[in-house]
Amino acid sequence: MKEIRYIWGVKEAIYEEMEKDEQVVFIGEDVGSPGGSFGASKGLLETFGSERIIDTPISEAGIVGMAAGAAACGLRPIVEIMFMDFMTVCMDGIVNQIAKMRYMFGSRYSMPIVIRTPGGGGLNAGPQHSQCLEAWFAHVPGLKVVMPSTPYDVKGLLKSAIRDDNPVIVVENKSLHALKGEIPNDEYVVEIGKADIKKSGTDVTVVATSRMVHESLKASEKLSKQGIEIEVIDLRSISPWDKETVFNSVGKTHHLVIAHEAVKQCGIGAEISAVVAEEIMDELDAPIERVGAPFVPVPFNLEQVYLPDSENVVTAVEKTMERLF
Amino acid sequence: MTKLSKKTMILFYTQMIRIRKMEEKLMEVFANGEIPGFIHVCIGQEATPVAVCSQLNDSDYMANTHRGHGHALAKGIKPDMFMAELFGRSNGPCRGRAGSMHLADMNLGILGANGIVGGGIPIANGAAFASMYKKTDQVTVCFFGEGATDEGTFHEALNIASVMKLPIIFVCENNGWAEFTPQSVHMTIKDVSKRAASYKIPAKTVSNDFFEIYDAAAAFVKRARQGKGPSLLEVQSSRWHGHFVGDAQKYRDKKEIDTAMKSDCIANFKKYLFEKKILNKKINQKILTDIDQEIDAAVEFARTSPLPEASELMEELWA
Ligand SMILES: Cc1ncc(C[n+]2csc(CCOP(=O)(O)OP(=O)(O)O)c2C)c(N)n1
Repeated sequence: MKEIRYIWGVKEAIYEEMEKDEQVVFIGEDVGSPGGSFGASKGLLETFGSERIIDTPISEAGIVGMAAGAAACGLRPIVEIMFMDFMTVCMDGIVNQIAKMRYMFGSRYSMPIVIRTPGGGGLNAGPQHSQCLEAWFAHVPGLKVVMPSTPYDVKGLLKSAIRDDNPVIVVENKSLHALKGEIPNDEYVVEIGKADIKKSGTDVTVVATSRMVHESLKASEKLSKQGIEIEVIDLRSISPWDKETVFNSVGKTHHLVIAHEAVKQCGIGAEISAVVAEEIMDELDAPIERVGAPFVPVPFNLEQVYLPDSENVVTAVEKTMERLF
Repeated sequence: MTKLSKKTMILFYTQMIRIRKMEEKLMEVFANGEIPGFIHVCIGQEATPVAVCSQLNDSDYMANTHRGHGHALAKGIKPDMFMAELFGRSNGPCRGRAGSMHLADMNLGILGANGIVGGGIPIANGAAFASMYKKTDQVTVCFFGEGATDEGTFHEALNIASVMKLPIIFVCENNGWAEFTPQSVHMTIKDVSKRAASYKIPAKTVSNDFFEIYDAAAAFVKRARQGKGPSLLEVQSSRWHGHFVGDAQKYRDKKEIDTAMKSDCIANFKKYLFEKKILNKKINQKILTDIDQEIDAAVEFARTSPLPEASELMEELWA
């Protein structure tokens, strides 16, 4: 085992997959000699050269469109979109083109594209640099969306994403970039679509994504002291998502809380709640609780108030335990 | 060269000094941790905002970028209001919700700095369209960097402005760097103004010299006001500091930075004023002292201004 930071996990995954497969190229702004705005590609230019590490103009729509064409013609592009907020600048490429091309053209080729992008708050960077827009992409058929929360998962999931023949959006969280964690020295991958039970418990199932996994684990410590044992499930992939693991857990605890940093309204929690309500309503002993950001832009000066944290998870757990049917 | 009165030249000098010193102070308070988030300074580029905005009335519009302190100050934002917003205080012009990267003040026609590169350019067109529609004689100035001209929004906006003959002046501040990437890596031309030709928009490239910028801006603003349509002014300047405060510029040759600092637009302007005996040591000292006091007062104002209440978060989501 070795200890690495989350952002190094990103780099190791790219490095290993580029070494293995010459069709893999890495495209983005400032990704060449600067090594990326968050350092994900430090040193990659020196190893792979400017033919494969492509530092582009500030042209997100151009980059993503190029990735679509290159993938259709046999390459396996990894695209870095510096902040998740900038995904909005290239939505046509992602939503109308990349997500649909293979299916629409009769499945004659594949679209092996990875778009990596850091979302979330924590830097006080204001309304246009702090958003969590993952649910938008989970709403689009043809895109896979993963949200790794640890160095282990980001490396393993990114490797799977690069090998996947479908477009995969890899959503990082800026506040996790510096997080340290253990990974094996040997090669491994993490399967897309599989959740991870971070802590088992019998009282309430807490399904969390990305940074909120860590907040939920913090909440579980506080709740343990009150004699409440929550089961923390790191969803890891939000499209497709691991229904089986969630259902099994709800079947055991009969209580469900879903926690994400994105705005609660129409967040991925809404989908999970709906599916649980549709399919295993009878397993629930109390209404589902969701934790998410309030329905406002992320203000520059009230980010700390805005961001959901472990306290919100504690409150949600307590609420669902009180509100028995 | 346009003839300017002594008083006017002193005013322009004072405005440039205000921007420079204000940003030097910002770097200090940012390093102290008094301002969260990111700030981007325009030190070395002060001539452009002052020379361009001096052509404008309060009612004219201005859209700008993340590197926007100079534009906002030159467009007339008061130092205490400016500082309060950057400190995230409730009494800032945007209630502290915008901070440095999104600073706006509609009372002064400041449409807003932008966190999205190229995001402000079409918005500026919209302001120009509104004033054309209302048949006022207002014009709009839109500032952006050379990096932004690689975005589709730039090209779409220029074409629209040209087709609609909008009263707008596009001002590209070509400081040679987009974040950590030099211009030569992200475009194959040197003069961004060439891009305007494909939209049949008159354009000019000038150096980072106050008078050159002033004269070119005056002509373009006049043109827009007369209803003759859009134009593009490119100023080739240089970024002295990092992309954001805290960026140590390890990717940059020190010599290049030294050269940039040697061709200081403020020092050159000051030299001219001294040569013409418009400015002397005594007046200069007074200007510097007054500005220092003004800035200290603004910082003090911001520090003692109220932080937002948690309850303000959900206020005014809807009109
Ligand atoms: C759509 C979008 N892409 C990328 C960024 C990240 N970014 C912020 S500033 C910047 C460089 C801008 O360069 P330029 O337009 O020349 O302005 P300068 O910073 O030199 O003033 C980049 C790439 C962004 N904010 N928005």
